[in-house]
Amino acid sequence: MLINYPFIAVFFIASVIFPFIPLIMGYLVAPKRPTEGKKSTYECGLEAIGDIWVQFRVQYYLYAIAFVVFDVEVVFLYPWAVSFGQIGVFALIAMSIFLLILVASLIYDWRKGALEWI
Amino acid sequence: MELLIQIIFVLISTLILGAAVMVVRTRNVIHSALWLIASFFGIGALYLLLEAEFLAIAQVLIYVGAISVLILFAIMLTHNVTSGEGHKFYQRWWLALLVSLMLFAVILVPTLVGQDWTITARPSEESAIAGAVEMGTAFMREYLLPFEIAAVLLLVALTGAIVIAYEERAQRRRILTLAQELALRKQQQQNHAEE
Repeated sequence: MLINYPFIAVFFIASVIFPFIPLIMGYLVAPKRPTEGKKSTYECGLEAIGDIWVQFRVQYYLYAIAFVVFDVEVVFLYPWAVSFGQIGVFALIAMSIFLLILVASLIYDWRKGALEWI
Repeated sequence: MELLIQIIFVLISTLILGAAVMVVRTRNVIHSALWLIASFFGIGALYLLLEAEFLAIAQVLIYVGAISVLILFAIMLTHNVTSGEGHKFYQRWWLALLVSLMLFAVILVPTLVGQDWTITARPSEESAIAGAVEMGTAFMREYLLPFEIAAVLLLVALTGAIVIAYEERAQRRRILTLAQELALRKQQQQNHAEE
């Protein structure tokens, strides 16, 4: 099983190295004649105002946590699906209860209006 | 082969520990979160080395994919913590050191005393112990109750977040978006026409 992974390792190493190649190429090849205007921070052509830190709205967090919850649900669905043949009807009931509990949270989410972007 | 696996293990462990040290070393909280993602990724690679492919995929999907986004949003939700007063987080570093040493001792002490960590109930070399099929059957048989409780835990996480978020919002005045305001005006006009 582990013998298959050298190929993946090669791809992984290549994908780590690849982003640096244009940077190094740019460093070596590109002409550098900096002026005041070139060195200034560019932000949509306007002067940058204030700090880069912006306080996000809580809505983003709610979306992220809903994503985590249903991501975990899908991850649980996979081993259930591949072992379904060995368990049978009981697995269907157990997973139905699992999904019903999560659907309850989705309904609460929905009724509270957390799915809408206000 | 055995030696190669050892070398890869050391490389991955160095990556995990280095990233973990950078999490606490760096002053920028966002950079801490990014190093934490690197650490999570290394743990996924360790699972892969243990031939627990499903766990590795789950680690990358949940921790690298979802939890990291949650952490980043949670950081961005706070007020600006990076500027100025960053130093107050480092004053009680000895407390953090104590807690992490105690947690490390939880693993280290049984190892020194002579706890046998080897897996006894491995049926054969071919069948994985943490494969998807094995985990699926285990969830449906021995670990059915923890499995269902996990659903309740997820339910609590989501509803809890909503309750806390909306408590704050209820205090604020509600501002309608343009679309909502148009819909409201249309409804009022309809009501007017019916009268």
